Amino acid sequence: MKQFGGPAAFIDRNDINTDEIIPAKYLTEITKKALAPHLLEDLHLEGQQFDPHSAVMQAAQVLITRSNFGCGSSREHAVWALEVNDINVVIGESFARIFRQNMFNCGILAVELSKADLDRLFALKGQVTVAVDLAAEKLTATSGDATVECAFSLNAFDKKLIGAGGWLAFADANY
Amino acid sequence: MGQTITEKIFAAHLRDTPTSGNMVLDIDVIMCHEITTPIAIMDLMEKGMDRVCDPSRIKAVIDHVTPPKDSKTAAQAKIMRDWARRHNIKDFFDIGRNGVCHALFPEKGFIRPGNTVIMGDSHTCTHGAFGAFAAGVGTTDLEVGILKGVCAFRAPKSLKIEAVGALPKGVVAKDIILNIIKQLTVNGGTDMVIEFCGPVIDAMNMSSRMTLCNMAVEAGATSGVCQPDLTTAQYLWPFIKDEYASPEAASESFACWRSDADAHYERVLTLDVSTLAPQVTFGFKPDNVKDVSELEGSKVDQVYIGSCTNGRIEDIREAAAIIKGKTIAASVRGILVPATPAIYSQALEEGLIKIFMDSGFCVLNPTCGACLGMSSGVLADGEVCASTTNRNFNGRMGKGGMVHLMSPASAAAAAVTGEITDPRRFLN
Ligand code: SF4
Repeated sequence: MKQFGGPAAFIDRNDINTDEIIPAKYLTEITKKALAPHLLEDLHLEGQQFDPHSAVMQAAQVLITRSNFGCGSSREHAVWALEVNDINVVIGESFARIFRQNMFNCGILAVELSKADLDRLFALKGQVTVAVDLAAEKLTATSGDATVECAFSLNAFDKKLIGAGGWLAFADANY
Repeated sequence: MGQTITEKIFAAHLRDTPTSGNMVLDIDVIMCHEITTPIAIMDLMEKGMDRVCDPSRIKAVIDHVTPPKDSKTAAQAKIMRDWARRHNIKDFFDIGRNGVCHALFPEKGFIRPGNTVIMGDSHTCTHGAFGAFAAGVGTTDLEVGILKGVCAFRAPKSLKIEAVGALPKGVVAKDIILNIIKQLTVNGGTDMVIEFCGPVIDAMNMSSRMTLCNMAVEAGATSGVCQPDLTTAQYLWPFIKDEYASPEAASESFACWRSDADAHYERVLTLDVSTLAPQVTFGFKPDNVKDVSELEGSKVDQVYIGSCTNGRIEDIREAAAIIKGKTIAASVRGILVPATPAIYSQALEEGLIKIFMDSGFCVLNPTCGACLGMSSGVLADGEVCASTTNRNFNGRMGKGGMVHLMSPASAAAAAVTGEITDPRRFLN
């Protein structure tokens, strides 16, 4: 099974919508690769700097954010834009339904944690790396000597999708 | 324990329960447009799976950028067109016959009470107005829908809105839904279906019900739904007259798709509309909502009347009643986009198009266009648009632009004055 985790990037805002993840003007692209340079390019964070092309974002394989991530348009381009940038896990307090389903449909992870656990992750300083133990439904974030462990639970069906490598493969085998 | 309409629809379409709490449903109507479908088609072709489960269940339209604005959008349209031909999809709507999907497909009678509907478009929830379960999905869900005719959902939860009271003059469905989103917030409806009930909804026409259901997703909901009744049957009558003796008989048979009195809801919210004023959004989230009167005087550069939320004939009439005999403010660009050819032609017949043109409005062909900032009225950096659409995200109608969502009447009032204006000023 696919391995999940890697270096993390933090985005401290609620309600990040799919227009912000990938603006509509790129919806005319018909290859996923073409979306790569445009991930989060118009994201605006109140009172904070955000550079989608920063070294941390370039290296990131895990995004850690707040609540209702991926709201708005159903565009799966938002998930693909993450995928082609090698991001395989998004961790947040909650996700919009369609975005969450699109993640699992593509065989990658949307992990929901409590606000308290997220606060512990956001409190980590320096470069953070996240390791995901899918079987144990546990993730470990490390930064230097500091370690934060969080338990999560996946919907049973979403787990099957991850195992199958996505919904198309699962549906083709079962229906 | 009774069942909600959504529970009844799920039970009737259940194909499989892969894990407890997850349901795979047979889908009656699979709708496609040229933004999210071509990439699904290309992927299926690449995988050697370029098939469709049943061409008669697939409805396809080119609507988002039409006519195409450049070679990329022309290529998207071509992929759709070739695919529709290849698979003998009869209900495919191209230039001259095309319009905004969520206005066009209802008009064709494609959605019936009790149906399951998916589309690669978040505002698919609009079709819940017909007493159907209609959900927006991503491209992978759409691919599986096209190929297998199924889609997976979590077992449905419902949230009930009971709208009561007498609707004041100048206050319409758009104001009701904006106020509901304000109360629920942008994720208050996540993983739930919002059921719109009560005497106010019972008295509404299908156009208003579609406006309500259209914006359910802005509260994070999976869908919106209204109970199918005589109004639904009368709207659908031209398409169902061979199946039932009368609209009354059709309405009676729709009763099996109405929620039971003792059904369970996660939450019930009562909304007394009698004290509601025209509503408007500010900022970049659809739950940032105020009374129009609180923002009066804010300047707008453009007024956009159209979209799947408010581009129907009733909306055009509502705006025309305010515009009639007036000239729009010199500082404003007015854009009217009837949502479908039938609406356009009806508006011509009723003399409404002339009212808009005489006032200084530009009238465009049916398309999504500027609603999602792709064409036909994109905003410049720093510009403000009073719009009858459904999303005010930062940059939605153009990078650096801001959108105030409002009713057609409020948008028309803003066109006349050049600033946000309570439309009741123009109603006697
Ligand atoms: S009119 Fe706007 S919201 Fe409606 S389907 Fe078109 S782009 Fe989407």
